[in-house]
Amino acid sequence: MTANHTHKLIVNASTSRLADVRKFIAEKAQNFGFDEKDVSDIRLAVDEACTNIIKHAYKYDDKQNVEILIGIDDDKLFVTLTDTGETFDPSKYSKPDLRKQMKAKQRGGVGVYLIRKLMDEVEYLKKKDHNMIRMYKNRK
Amino acid sequence: MKNFHINHRQADQIDVLEISGELDAHTASKLEDSLKSLIDKNKHNIIVNCNNLEYIASAGLGVFMAYIEDVRGLGGDIKLTNMNEKVYNVFDLLGFPTLYDILDDEKEAVKQFHNRDQ
Repeated sequence: MTANHTHKLIVNASTSRLADVRKFIAEKAQNFGFDEKDVSDIRLAVDEACTNIIKHAYKYDDKQNVEILIGIDDDKLFVTLTDTGETFDPSKYSKPDLRKQMKAKQRGGVGVYLIRKLMDEVEYLKKKDHNMIRMYKNRK
Repeated sequence: MKNFHINHRQADQIDVLEISGELDAHTASKLEDSLKSLIDKNKHNIIVNCNNLEYIASAGLGVFMAYIEDVRGLGGDIKLTNMNEKVYNVFDLLGFPTLYDILDDEKEAVKQFHNRDQ
């Protein structure tokens, strides 16, 4: 397969669209021949990334859009999510300490950690006012 | 929120929330409302039965993280039961099994609550 096999979905930045995003991702990943476990991992990682964009980049402004692109490049599946909101700085991110968070009754902050655990490679890019997170899953 | 449902019932005086469908950043508020309303009514022995839960994202786990300390501080607990493997894996990735009581079966959780009270 070539990089021409890409599919795009644009949703407004609302958590009500997360179910549609998951359905889109799962269907395409399955069509690319990924097994059930991988499809679950990819679907969750994209959900987490999309949730973070809605929550942090756009602060729940549902007039904004999130663009999701999924495709195959050589033997890797890639998903790119693009937004025009506030830029996330991955260098300021640290691994969550669940026990501490529990004591402090804090939640959140675990999405980025999950994405890294679930995918083989994650990168953050910025082009003009566009923020991108691109994640890869290797074909086994 | 047609893809997430909660059914509240009692099992031997323990409050059980049966959750089904998909728990994500959109539906998590529904679970939060249910948990909060139990805690507000001084009900601190809570079982969350995940038998029909098909999917969980970190926003769903965050709800448990936000309330467990309160409930434990009041002498109660939130015990999670009947998870399918896929859902359990997400809890496991974040290290939940060392911090929460995750049991195979609701009956076990009921028994643990009663044994503790004896």
